[in-house]
Amino acid sequence: MDSVVIVSSIVLLAIIAIVIGIFLGVSSEVFKVKVDEKIVKIRECLPGNNCGGCGFAGCDALAEAIAKGEAAVNQCPVGGAPVAAKISEVMGVEAGDTVKMVAFVNCNGTCVNANKAYEYNGVKDCRLAASLPNAGEKLCRNACLGYGTCVDACKFGAMEIVDGVAKVDPEKCVACKACIKACPMKVISLVPYGKKHIVECSNRDKGKPAMDACKVSCIACGMCERTCTKGAIKVDRNLAVMDYNLCDDCGACSEKCPRKCIS
Amino acid sequence: MGVELLVIIISAALISNVVLSRFLGICAFLGVSNKVDTAKGMGIAVIFVILMATAVTYAINMAFLEPTGLFKRDLTYLQTIAFILVIAALVQFLEMFLKKYIPSLYKALGIYLPLITTNCAVLGVALTVAQDYTDFVKGMAYALGTSGGFCISIILLASIREKLESNDIPDSFKGKPIVLVMACLMAIAFTGFSNLNIG
Repeated sequence: MDSVVIVSSIVLLAIIAIVIGIFLGVSSEVFKVKVDEKIVKIRECLPGNNCGGCGFAGCDALAEAIAKGEAAVNQCPVGGAPVAAKISEVMGVEAGDTVKMVAFVNCNGTCVNANKAYEYNGVKDCRLAASLPNAGEKLCRNACLGYGTCVDACKFGAMEIVDGVAKVDPEKCVACKACIKACPMKVISLVPYGKKHIVECSNRDKGKPAMDACKVSCIACGMCERTCTKGAIKVDRNLAVMDYNLCDDCGACSEKCPRKCIS
Repeated sequence: MGVELLVIIISAALISNVVLSRFLGICAFLGVSNKVDTAKGMGIAVIFVILMATAVTYAINMAFLEPTGLFKRDLTYLQTIAFILVIAALVQFLEMFLKKYIPSLYKALGIYLPLITTNCAVLGVALTVAQDYTDFVKGMAYALGTSGGFCISIILLASIREKLESNDIPDSFKGKPIVLVMACLMAIAFTGFSNLNIG
C-alpha cells in the first residue's frame, strides 16, 4: 500500500463527512419543527427517570400534556411539591395547596386475624389466587391476599408484606397508583399523608358472615356513623367509608368501633 | 431487460428474502412488528432508506472507491465505513423529514427510526450492490426487491402478531419466544419459493 492510498483514503472520508455535515446542518434548519418553549422548560423541571408514575408514557409525554393543559402541574408524583412549584412558575398558574396522598391497604386481615376457608399452596400471585373459589384462601372475600403482587408493581420499594398483609411505607410512597391498579382485590386506596385514623377493612358483608371471616372486620353496625360529629364517616353498602375532606382525625370513631377496624 | 429486472426483484424479495433466508435486519423485524400500521411505516421507511442509500453509495463506490475512480487506486476496503457514514446521514435526514411532515409516524416508529442506521439489511444491500452489480439499474432493482421483501415480511409478521394477541399462549411462550417461533415458521414457508421457476 503506497502513501497515496493512505492520503486519498483520509481525504475521501473527510470530504464525505464534511459534505454530510453541511447537508445535515442545512436540512435541520429547513425541516425545523417549532417546539413549544413551555414543553422544553417543563421537561427540564421534571426528574427525567421516565418511571410512568404520572400515568403518561414518560417525562416527555407528561411535559407535553402539562403544556397543553391536559395534566395538572403537580401530576409528577416523584418530584412532588418542589417540581410542581417550578412547573407552575413556567405555566404561570398557582400550584395550590395539594395534600400529599399515599397509598394505604384497607385490610388488617393478618394471619392471626383472618380466618381461612381452605389451605392454598399454589403460585404466590394475588391475581391467580383471586380467581379461585371464594377469591383466595381467606374467608373474607375482600381481603388482602398477601402474595405481594402490589410489592412487585411498586417501583419505589414502598411496599412489603407483613404478617400476610401488604403494608405501605408512607415515606417512600409517591402515590403513583401502580399498586392500586395491580391489586385484584381492590383493597388499596389513596389516603392523605399522616392521617392516623383510617378504616382498615374492605369487607362488604354484614353482621355474622363478616364477624366469622375476620377478627377485625367491619360489620356495618353504624356505631362510627353515630359517633362522628362531623358526618365524615358513613356506612355505605355494609362498609364504613371515610370522607377525608370532612374528617378532622379526632379518633372518636376509632375508640367506639366494637370491631377495632379503624386504626 | 424488463424481464431480467423483474427476475432480480422477485428473487430478492421472495426467494432469498432478506430477513427470512439471509437473517439481516432481525432487530427491526422483531421490534416493530407489534401493529400492522407501524410495521407498514417501518417497511416503507426502510424501502426509502435502502433505495436512497444504494443510489448514493453506488455513486460513491463508482466515483471514488473503485480502481477506475477519481484516485486511481483500489479503495474498496473503505466501502463499509464510507457506507455507514452515508446511511447514518440518510437516516438522520429521514428523521427530520418525518418529524416535520408525518409526526404520527415519527412517534409510532420511536426508537426504531434511528435504529435503521444499524439495520444491517441497509448496509447489507449497499455492500452487495457495490460488490456484485456493475449496472446501476440492476443494482437499484435488487435494492427495491430486497427492501420490498423486508416490507412484505414485517407486515406479514405484524398481521400474525395482531391475531396472536387474542390467543391463549402458554406463559413461557408469551412475548418474544412465540414471535421467534412465528418467524421460524414464516422462514420455512418462504423456502417454498426456492423452487419458483422464473426467467
